Amino acid sequence: MNTGLSAADLFGLFTHFLVLSLLAVGGAITTVPDMHRYIVAEHHWISDAQFTSSIAIAQAAPGPNVLFVAVLGWNVAGPLGAFATMAGILLPSTVLSLWATRWGAQRRETRGVRAFTTGLTPLTLGLLLATGWVLAEPYLRDAGHRWGALGLIAITVFVMLRTKLSPMWLVALGALAGLLGWV
Amino acid sequence: MSNTTGATALNTPASVRELFFAFNRLALQGFGGVLPVAQRELVERLRWLDKEQFVEMLAISQVLPGPNIVNLALMFGDRFFGIRGAIAALAGMLLAPLAIVLALTALYAQFAQLPMVSGALRGMGAVAAGLVISTALKLLGTLRRNAMGLPISLAFAALTFAATAWLRWPLVWVIVGLGSVAMAVAWIRLRE
Repeated sequence: MNTGLSAADLFGLFTHFLVLSLLAVGGAITTVPDMHRYIVAEHHWISDAQFTSSIAIAQAAPGPNVLFVAVLGWNVAGPLGAFATMAGILLPSTVLSLWATRWGAQRRETRGVRAFTTGLTPLTLGLLLATGWVLAEPYLRDAGHRWGALGLIAITVFVMLRTKLSPMWLVALGALAGLLGWV
Repeated sequence: MSNTTGATALNTPASVRELFFAFNRLALQGFGGVLPVAQRELVERLRWLDKEQFVEMLAISQVLPGPNIVNLALMFGDRFFGIRGAIAALAGMLLAPLAIVLALTALYAQFAQLPMVSGALRGMGAVAAGLVISTALKLLGTLRRNAMGLPISLAFAALTFAATAWLRWPLVWVIVGLGSVAMAVAWIRLRE
């Protein structure tokens, strides 16, 4: 962990994430390449491996995926770093979202707003499927883990569509299967 | 889409406190992403939203910049209790998981080399992918009630998937390109 970041560097980190917040259409995960460019390639604050493991840890922990941003900040500069990156990524989009939601809610029965949501709903579902694919692809490309991962994915989809079981149990199953070397 | 589409009556959160704990609960179950759990909790268990309302909120929260699920929490809280609700939903969703993930970060450095640890991470990753896929499959049914009609809606979903997952188009172009065509089609269909 690099704790020797100056106040100016911390402020730079914060403002960089402020800008990324407004560019993060489709979720914070879409700005990962630019975070990598800024933190690893340009400033060398953390290594490539630290960057990748930061995202993996956030994926494994409960909570929204955006928390990987806090882990990155923590690995760069401890608690202050986590605060800088999280506040940066959340503030602009939060203010804009609340404003836009209220604006839209007052006009939700107008043809313009209805065309907006009606038109974008299918895209949303296409994007969701694509996210699933992007998450699955690295496991499926790796011959050593392909069939185990595919089996876990198939079990997960089946259980989610057919039962009311909490997803938590499936994640526990995945962790156990991985722990035992089946995946 | 309006409130009249739900077959059964919906509930509403009774207080800001209830909202906070509902989002806390769903966030803590959300390993590898909160969206599948949010769908299950808000739509199926608590019945605070029907499927159509959930998809509509999701669509808006994906188009707005920022983390989708964070936007969804803000919109949901704001709908029932204004700014206080928005803050409660957001805080409920972020605070406890933030503490956990930072504790894990501190621990991870010591155990990263163990194959069992990396194996477990891999297994959880595969399940996370399956959860997202099953959420998408469940919500595809809502397209039947889309004003553009099922075939056109499915075509837009398929094109979006192909452009994003295979062609790896930047998301901005998918939204601007395909999105504006879809909105134009919806605009024409809604006149009837």
